[in-house]
Amino acid sequence: MQDDRQPILSVRNLKTSFFTDEGIVRAVDGASFDVHLGQTLGIVGESGCGKSVTALSILGIVPRPGRIVEGEILLRREPEDGQAHEIALTSLGDSSREMRSIRGAEIALVFQEPMTSLSPVHTIGNQIIGAARLHRNLTRREAGELAVELLSLVGIPRAEAAIDAYPFQLSGGLRQRALIALALSCEPRILIADEPTTALDVTTQAQILDLLRSLQEQNGMAIMLITHDMGVIAEMADQVVVMYLGRVVEEGPVETVFGESKHPYTQSLLRSIPSIHSTPKVQLPTITGTIPHPYNRPAGCPFHPRCPDVIPGVCDKHEPELHSVGDEHLVSCFLYHPVPETIS
Amino acid sequence: MENEQVLLEVKGLRKFFPIRKGFWQRAVGHVRAVDGIDFHVYKGETFGIVGESGCGKTTASRCIVRALQPTAGEIHFRVNDGEMTDVANLSRDELQPLRRHMQMIFQDPFSSLNPRMTLFDIIGEPLLVNGVADRRQRIERVEELLALVGLRPEFLQRFPHAFSGGQRQRIGIARALALNPSLIVADEPVSALDVSVQAQILNLLLELQERLGLTYLFVAHDLSVVKHICDRVAVMYVGRVVETAQTQQLFESPKHPYTEALLSAVPQPDPTLRSQRIILEGEVADPANPPSGCYFHPRCRYAVDLCREQTPELEEVEPGHAVSCHRALELDLAGTLDAPIPQTAHS
Amino acid sequence: MAEEHTIADGEERIFVAGQMQLMWWRFRKHRVAVAATFVVVAFYLVVLGADFLAYTNPNTTEAYRSLMPPQPVRFFDSGRFSPHVYAVAGKRDLKTFKRVYVADPDQKLPVRLFVRGYKYKLLGFIPTDRHLIGVEGATAAESLFLLGTDEKGRDVWSRMMVATRTSLTIGLVAVALSLVLGVLLGGISGFYGGPIDSAIQRLIEILRSIPTIPLWMGMAAAFPREWSVEQIYFAITIVIALRGWTGLAREVRGRFLSLREEDFVTAADLAGCSRKRIIFRHMIPSFQSHIIAAATLSVPAMILAETALSYLGLGLRPPAISWGVMLQQAQNVEAVALSPWLLISAVPVIVVTLAFNFMGDGLRDAADPYGV
Repeated sequence: MQDDRQPILSVRNLKTSFFTDEGIVRAVDGASFDVHLGQTLGIVGESGCGKSVTALSILGIVPRPGRIVEGEILLRREPEDGQAHEIALTSLGDSSREMRSIRGAEIALVFQEPMTSLSPVHTIGNQIIGAARLHRNLTRREAGELAVELLSLVGIPRAEAAIDAYPFQLSGGLRQRALIALALSCEPRILIADEPTTALDVTTQAQILDLLRSLQEQNGMAIMLITHDMGVIAEMADQVVVMYLGRVVEEGPVETVFGESKHPYTQSLLRSIPSIHSTPKVQLPTITGTIPHPYNRPAGCPFHPRCPDVIPGVCDKHEPELHSVGDEHLVSCFLYHPVPETIS
Repeated sequence: MENEQVLLEVKGLRKFFPIRKGFWQRAVGHVRAVDGIDFHVYKGETFGIVGESGCGKTTASRCIVRALQPTAGEIHFRVNDGEMTDVANLSRDELQPLRRHMQMIFQDPFSSLNPRMTLFDIIGEPLLVNGVADRRQRIERVEELLALVGLRPEFLQRFPHAFSGGQRQRIGIARALALNPSLIVADEPVSALDVSVQAQILNLLLELQERLGLTYLFVAHDLSVVKHICDRVAVMYVGRVVETAQTQQLFESPKHPYTEALLSAVPQPDPTLRSQRIILEGEVADPANPPSGCYFHPRCRYAVDLCREQTPELEEVEPGHAVSCHRALELDLAGTLDAPIPQTAHS
Repeated sequence: MAEEHTIADGEERIFVAGQMQLMWWRFRKHRVAVAATFVVVAFYLVVLGADFLAYTNPNTTEAYRSLMPPQPVRFFDSGRFSPHVYAVAGKRDLKTFKRVYVADPDQKLPVRLFVRGYKYKLLGFIPTDRHLIGVEGATAAESLFLLGTDEKGRDVWSRMMVATRTSLTIGLVAVALSLVLGVLLGGISGFYGGPIDSAIQRLIEILRSIPTIPLWMGMAAAFPREWSVEQIYFAITIVIALRGWTGLAREVRGRFLSLREEDFVTAADLAGCSRKRIIFRHMIPSFQSHIIAAATLSVPAMILAETALSYLGLGLRPPAISWGVMLQQAQNVEAVALSPWLLISAVPVIVVTLAFNFMGDGLRDAADPYGV
């Protein structure tokens, strides 16, 4: 079972940079991970860690002046004859016909702010019908039925009436549901959700997370969940990728990353979060300093100036690579792998 | 606990915003943002107000510091351990000498600092307008305050754009402390910050409270943060307090169904704790047009006919634990602390 | 190591940079706006030294020199640099009864700098008769016609210099007036809100809905004939400003409304700042740069308004000279066909309008250096 479990999407050594007037920002600097059908991959990190740019790179919609400078993004397709084949998304042009048909149809995106991702001048129903007919061969009537079906699937009450509603007539939670319905209209196999619940309240967040989970159970799609909230990751993800300043610092199964985290960043981040179960009113362990601005990323391991376990002369000189430290558990830290032979 | 002095007492506080329409902007209705809330805060404690967006917690906090004029109600505040004064209806001039005792920390570290002023001008302004005319004296005090919040005193002449979100929040805290207030109203002070910076600011707030004997009114939506920092908590829903209790009590044995759902909805950063969440149906009620009876009844899984008809009052069910629910005494609701305490993986 | 230091120093420079500094850094990046600023400055230098740049009294009429075409300046005389013009003699063509002008290549009149000419007051108070250019051995009025003359034989170049002064100051005065009105009424509207706000907003809507030209015509018709040039000039600025303030007032009101909600304003309130201090220390500095940009962008509209009014004969009237007054002469097809140089005063109108717009765009972009 383990052996033939092929990933549907593989990202290999992805590097995306922004070439601005002030300098080059290496937003994503060598990210590698796999996404499997029926599973949720969580990408977690703080601001500037490159988690959103990773999503944009996969969809080929990195805004100017950014572009993918290196790496591969492989999408696995399974045609009728049972013979799987892979397409390298990075080799397709961003606005090529093929990329456009993949975007939305095979990989769909749900953004943080539903109000800006939905068109304000079209009804919810028309937006879903339009998207469905663009990628699937449906008549208008069929697409309309599909829209009602999808809206009730995502839990919008009175779906027949809701298809005629404009986005501003819905509350934040309902808009996010409508956006998910829109993303699902083409039966994507991969759903990328970029901070889907950040703008929502906890009880609404619980509703949306519950919805995503049950949708995944029903249609077996892969979900890539991008968030800064460790709680949401612990709740939802099967696999976790922890990023810091463009680099993947740790990845592995969720129980391992949370239970036996190895990277000093993951460890200190988890410790610094107040939990309902922690002792109240005591000083929390913190990570010293602040996240550096992406323009002045520190040399070597980007976390070394804030790292409690920094090895002077090593961490500030060399960039660590991702190394296996256990079953599917990768860490990029010199505490766990030898220092490269130096030429100096 | 019993003999503690009450620093702030809020009685029947209401704030309605008119909904204006038409050519002459006539009021056609009201958003009942805060709809009659009562609570009191003891000197030296941290009192939390939690609730979801639109529940009126921010409006309430702004009424208390009188950044907004309350529609009705009383706000009694004790100045210098003296008598309680009702500040709800004081005029601008009458309020002026009392302002220095109540200060505020804001949510957004970007909009809360005037980008056109240096740190010295920002932190020194409260001093200047409250009679510290001597520039040298002000410089000394600002340097002292910067050191207090963990910033380097030589940053004096820098502008806010030189600082990150967490550092800006420290500047905001320094400004709030400039006049040695007794009450600090903190409106979501960490929710706009990165996770790793949140802990730093929470630590700073705890440390300052200990050193300066501050009282905090802490407004937040993040229950983990509230649990960590507050002594007592009030839970708000659609402009009303539905439950108030000691933090431990509230988290262990909530008495209001909304509190129960809220507690259960918080995702915990521990995958071993994935549990069956209570998923609330429907949407938060519209404060311009709230439902009859108990505002929570359309979403409440324990609702009975009485809840639809009659509005419950906030009543004490145990010492220090008040709930506004008709069925508070008969329901056995689940808290979060009775879940098995996980072994901390990293210690 | 040394390099690290310079980077840190550079950052410190940004950290302690005030608003004006940041705005300047940002404005400087906007090349077109910087170039446009030079153009605008050049125009205002002309305003300051209009009489100095003119060489003939702009009001001297002479029927013998009517509608003379522009006269070329020759820079070299038999290989030597010696700028000169040919003397021109005019006579009437007996068939067409038009005056024709013939240059006499034998009579070379050297063009010189800083030559004495008609008397004027430099900057309004220094009496002098020096002019930038002139000819040697003859009066400029009789021999120098760089841009030709108009029907009445007045020198177009000299008139244009003086017209620039009128047109550009009228724009500034009108903007200043509407700025005062706009900031005052917009500020009251935004700060107090409520019924006062409603009343002012309705007034603005009414003013904006009245068609401009009839409004101007009505008001211009009300000016008594016997008013002096100065009085008319002033009345015109008021007429233009009366409508111009509405846009600025809306801008100011919007800023006030959004600033009232800013946390730093609330913080100042809680610190115990007086209303006056909040308005003048916190609110106005936050939008003054936007207002400056908006005002800059409205200058060309004012200039165009004056030009249009005067062109239609509703604004300034001779003997006042403005671009509009000059263009009035080019109203008929015959004039344009036979003496196209009369249209030359349209060129500065276009150039200055574009320059103000580009400069205003740059200012607007730089006005908020804190946004991303």
